[in-house]
Amino acid sequence: MNYSPITYSNTPLFERRPLTYNPNLFRNRFNQFCTSLAGLFAAMAVLPLFLVLIYVLVQGGKLLSFQLFTQLPPAPGLEGGGIGNAILGTVVVTLVASLISIPIGVGGGIFLSEYSRNGWFASAVRFANDVLSGVPSIISGVFVYGIIVATRAIGGQSYSALAGGIALSVLMLPTVIKTTDEGLKLVPQELRWGAYGVGASKVVTILRITLPAAFTPIATGVVLAIARAAGETAPLIFTALFSPFWPEGVLNPIATMSVLIFNFAIMPYEAQNELAWAASFVLVIMILGANLLARWISKAAQP
Amino acid sequence: MTSAPTSPPATADFSLRRRPASEKLLDQGFHYLTLALASFVGLLLLAIVLTVFHGAREAIATFGARFITTSSWDPVNNQYGAFVAIYGTLVTAFLSLLIAVPLGIGTAIFITEDLIPTQLRNLIGLMVELLAAIPSVVLGLWAIFVMEPAIRPALNLLHTLFWWSPFFAGEPQGPGMAPAILILVVMILPIITAISRDALNQVPVELRQGAYGVGTTRWGALMNIILPAAISAITGGIMLALGRAMGETMAVTMIIGNSLNFDLSLLAPGNTIASMLANQFGEADGIQVSALMFAALILMILTLVVNIIAQWIVRRLSLKY
Repeated sequence: MNYSPITYSNTPLFERRPLTYNPNLFRNRFNQFCTSLAGLFAAMAVLPLFLVLIYVLVQGGKLLSFQLFTQLPPAPGLEGGGIGNAILGTVVVTLVASLISIPIGVGGGIFLSEYSRNGWFASAVRFANDVLSGVPSIISGVFVYGIIVATRAIGGQSYSALAGGIALSVLMLPTVIKTTDEGLKLVPQELRWGAYGVGASKVVTILRITLPAAFTPIATGVVLAIARAAGETAPLIFTALFSPFWPEGVLNPIATMSVLIFNFAIMPYEAQNELAWAASFVLVIMILGANLLARWISKAAQP
Repeated sequence: MTSAPTSPPATADFSLRRRPASEKLLDQGFHYLTLALASFVGLLLLAIVLTVFHGAREAIATFGARFITTSSWDPVNNQYGAFVAIYGTLVTAFLSLLIAVPLGIGTAIFITEDLIPTQLRNLIGLMVELLAAIPSVVLGLWAIFVMEPAIRPALNLLHTLFWWSPFFAGEPQGPGMAPAILILVVMILPIITAISRDALNQVPVELRQGAYGVGTTRWGALMNIILPAAISAITGGIMLALGRAMGETMAVTMIIGNSLNFDLSLLAPGNTIASMLANQFGEADGIQVSALMFAALILMILTLVVNIIAQWIVRRLSLKY
């Protein structure tokens, strides 16, 4: 047996270069170009938030006064006035929507997570829920118009605050279900076993152990859903309509801030346009406040 | 050595408690209650489709397919055709997507790569999410009074440069398709950014290490390894954004001009299905309500199809590592 020793030829297989960064290579130039492009895009993406916030705070802040919260909007052509009825109306309609969608949503979420986590029925419900969350908000207005307003189903009334609240609850429901489902899934299985081990029934386990353990993610999702509903306009313009007066119960048309902004923005009167900016100011502060609150809830719970 | 088996104690230390019937009933009842509440979602979706379809029956019988292809919207003579609105819906949605997709993915890459400190990245992410929280109607107000006057010179420039093209014919007069497209970009950008960011964050770090190990650059790794790995989730997010853009109502209604006449020009006023609904539903009666319901049905079918495709893409095409 004759082994020839391994020999290395003196000509390298590849060109030997020093391992230094050469900025003039095409790939490095390309890298720099793409990085600055991405930075530019990121700057362009946050720019609208700044511009919108600055204008809303400056234009709306100008009108901020005590009477803004206590007075009714003026008749077209007149000066002054406030948006007291619209602020109250937004609270009423959002409250109605929350009272409908939170119990249904949390209950549905409990079923998905606790009773039928992987069944075909649960995946069908999850699918329907995802599709429902993509239904345009104006369609939920059309739906409530067709089923409640046009048929005068509630108390013989056509347009009402209740109808507006129902339209908003259609939009809130998918978010509430989804966050409840996801929140309950995060609860460790050991907690449930522990509860069963000491003899708790399933209802008691869910209501006293699992649900409280998932309170933080559910509360975060619910606050976000309420904030989104408070700013919605499209489902309200032909369900809750608008009213220049103080709210007269849930069975009558009601003014809301979002519809007020829409109506007053396209009016050719200066005073109305200014009230639209003021209402935007109040609405944006409320909604951004709710968003930061939701973030704080989820942060505060994390160790 | 055998020991006798220990005999059971004469008296038990514990008592066996049977679950009372009421407790079992409560357990069962709660199960069925939550089952009913979960089924409510499916019933609600079905009810929405049926209600809109029921409302549209009269118009479907009267106008049929003509409704989609003709563009006369004439409440006096009760002739309705929604071509202008359908065209406007599709054009505004797709063009806004064309602008928002590069912006959104670029932003997502910028805040998932380690180009800038983590706190700054989180801040940009937070701001994009807060942009999504601003109500559509407030963006519409801003578009009317701030954005549209600000971009008018740019639109004028487009007109003077491309006056020969039918898409830029006519002086921009204020409200129109182009400002509506821009405000739609602002509205769908947060969705695309958020979903792309989550998708990019989920790409396993080993893939990136492998790419760097064979000597590629940051963007070589992004283009060839990381983006392809995340592309299915990103595509799903883009489809969701498309659905949102088609159904978006308030900001578009306030800035698009709500013209009932067909115009190819992007600088001229246009219309979308959603804004037509928002404008006319309150005052409509008779067959006009039915025609609007027909338009709503078309919008709903469009968004349902887009959303179902989006769900399917996210579920089926997601890569498993």
